[in-house]
Amino acid sequence: MTLTSPTPTTPVKLAPTPRSGGPSRPSRFRMGAGQHLKGGPFAYAALAVVGFGSLLPLYWTLVAASRTQDEVLASTPPFFPGGKLFANLQTAWEQANLGKAIVNSIIVSSSITLATLFFCTLAGYAFAKMRFRGRGWLMTAVIATLTIPPQLSVVPLFMMMSGLGWGGQLESVIFPTLVSAFGVFFMRQYLIEALPYELIEAAKIDGANNFRIVRSVVLPVARPAMMVLGMLTFVQAWNDFFWPYLALNQQNPTLQVALGQLSASYTPDQSIVMAGALISTLPLLVVFVLFGKKIVGGIMSGAVKG
Amino acid sequence: MATSTPTRDADAQAPRTSKKEPTAERRQLWRSRLWRFDDKASPYAYIAPFFLIFGAFGLYPLLYTGWIALHRVSMTGLDSMEWVGWENFDKILNDPEFWTSVSNTFLIGVISTVPQLLMALGLAHLLNYRLRASTFWRTIILTPYATSVASAALVFALVFRADGGLLNWTLGLVGFDPVNWANGHWTSKLAISIIVIWRWTGYNALIYLAAMQAVPNDLYEAASLDGASRWQQFRKVTIPSLRPTILFTIVISTIGSMQLFGEPLLLEGGALGATGGNENQYETLSIYLYNYGWNLGHLGPAAAVAWAMLALLLLIAAANWIVGRFFRTSAVRPGAPS
Repeated sequence: MTLTSPTPTTPVKLAPTPRSGGPSRPSRFRMGAGQHLKGGPFAYAALAVVGFGSLLPLYWTLVAASRTQDEVLASTPPFFPGGKLFANLQTAWEQANLGKAIVNSIIVSSSITLATLFFCTLAGYAFAKMRFRGRGWLMTAVIATLTIPPQLSVVPLFMMMSGLGWGGQLESVIFPTLVSAFGVFFMRQYLIEALPYELIEAAKIDGANNFRIVRSVVLPVARPAMMVLGMLTFVQAWNDFFWPYLALNQQNPTLQVALGQLSASYTPDQSIVMAGALISTLPLLVVFVLFGKKIVGGIMSGAVKG
Repeated sequence: MATSTPTRDADAQAPRTSKKEPTAERRQLWRSRLWRFDDKASPYAYIAPFFLIFGAFGLYPLLYTGWIALHRVSMTGLDSMEWVGWENFDKILNDPEFWTSVSNTFLIGVISTVPQLLMALGLAHLLNYRLRASTFWRTIILTPYATSVASAALVFALVFRADGGLLNWTLGLVGFDPVNWANGHWTSKLAISIIVIWRWTGYNALIYLAAMQAVPNDLYEAASLDGASRWQQFRKVTIPSLRPTILFTIVISTIGSMQLFGEPLLLEGGALGATGGNENQYETLSIYLYNYGWNLGHLGPAAAVAWAMLALLLLIAAANWIVGRFFRTSAVRPGAPS
């Protein structure tokens, strides 16, 4: 795995590089790969096409959710939202146990996010700044777990959960994802750069024990990265489908499970299904509109360190 | 280090005699031991939660899967396991449907990963220009990532509908006959790949973009002084610099495509979803596992499928490793002809 290389790389600059230099550097205009190069009309046009493709399915979810099924399935599909949105939302709400699903999704995603933040910050700090025997290969082991798909362990997991009395309960989807290897790696990469050894030493001289150092030194420094990791984890937990679909049932679903089951019913009403899809997507879209910049930065700084 | 000094003092006077020392010194000794313990144990305490949870809910089930694969267990009686030996493996390895889903998984993996990563590379190149509202563009191309598999699969199911689907309607404008996407062997795989491509291209583009921005500018300057064209710079500077990142995304996408579940399950939904279409034309390994275990209720064969997937993953990892080695040597080779 390329990820394991321990060398800290330079932090990624998120802001576009300022125009330094001045007019006396004609060579800039010959530089390749777009570095510093101004995007021409072609670049904007191409991005607009990709952007259109990225947003179209989401827009069409809204269109279909606000129409009747007959209109959605007509041989000329509708292109603009209709007036049935609230009626469809209401039907979806009643048919698919969506109220409970929303509450469940919030419980599951927040517990996973909080636990991941706590455990991954601790572990990331230990891997970034503490010396201990086995640090190198333990970090490699953490990264290696990224390559194991959940499919390989669902059968015994299902049996374990039912043995623990968690069959169909939220615990069964919360506990397996309380930590994430990506989170440990992400926090480690951030803390290697952001947390100077001097700060830790100073706290030690002041007589702080290790846990105190975590509380008073590491956590404040780690906060920006924790924000980003929190959002990424929440998105992932909210959207998780495979294991929740196997572990939970219609009586006690998360939103994604409810959505899957809504469409698996014998004659699903497509506009109702789309209303459900809209409900399940909307919260995350709001998060993206509000924090898009932070999430983009997080993905770029977290995954690149090859 | 403040902690090491008292520790060393305490060590010097430690053995036996300490019993006679006044309490103040004994307290000192205790404290330094505690310090030392704190220093030694804390890192392990901090990383322990990860390994405990992974051990309990990841590694242990992974190994236990192999044990279950040798037994008969049914969904209705999870407590009773009956030894059957290799029967489950025999069953799935002799099932043509299993091999169909292996090849489907592989084909969908290739159709979705290759164009996805190439497009992501191009997109990253575009985003690397100095752009107005660059954050806006980056956020826009990342929005599919915010959409869940379920929502994405369901809306694409409508887009791919045979009559009146958005795609067929658009094709009709250009004069093509409607395509029955979900029914065809290739078109259904293409449809599923398109869902995957839609969701993940932006994400991979951002990863590439970050790697591109980390390439030192001097390299480009040197290349352009040497008279390299833009395309040559892209090929000789950008791509080699991105090699580790590209390998990383290949690994991640390959693992991801092994797991495809929501897209095939919901493309047509209902009973067709659980068998991957009426002729299993888009059944993936995950669907096959789900169908055996959760639809038909035989957990033994489902566990055997899981271990077959593990074997496949190891094969792919080995192939990846070999390809990676090949790339490494060929990239380092000095003075390669241009």
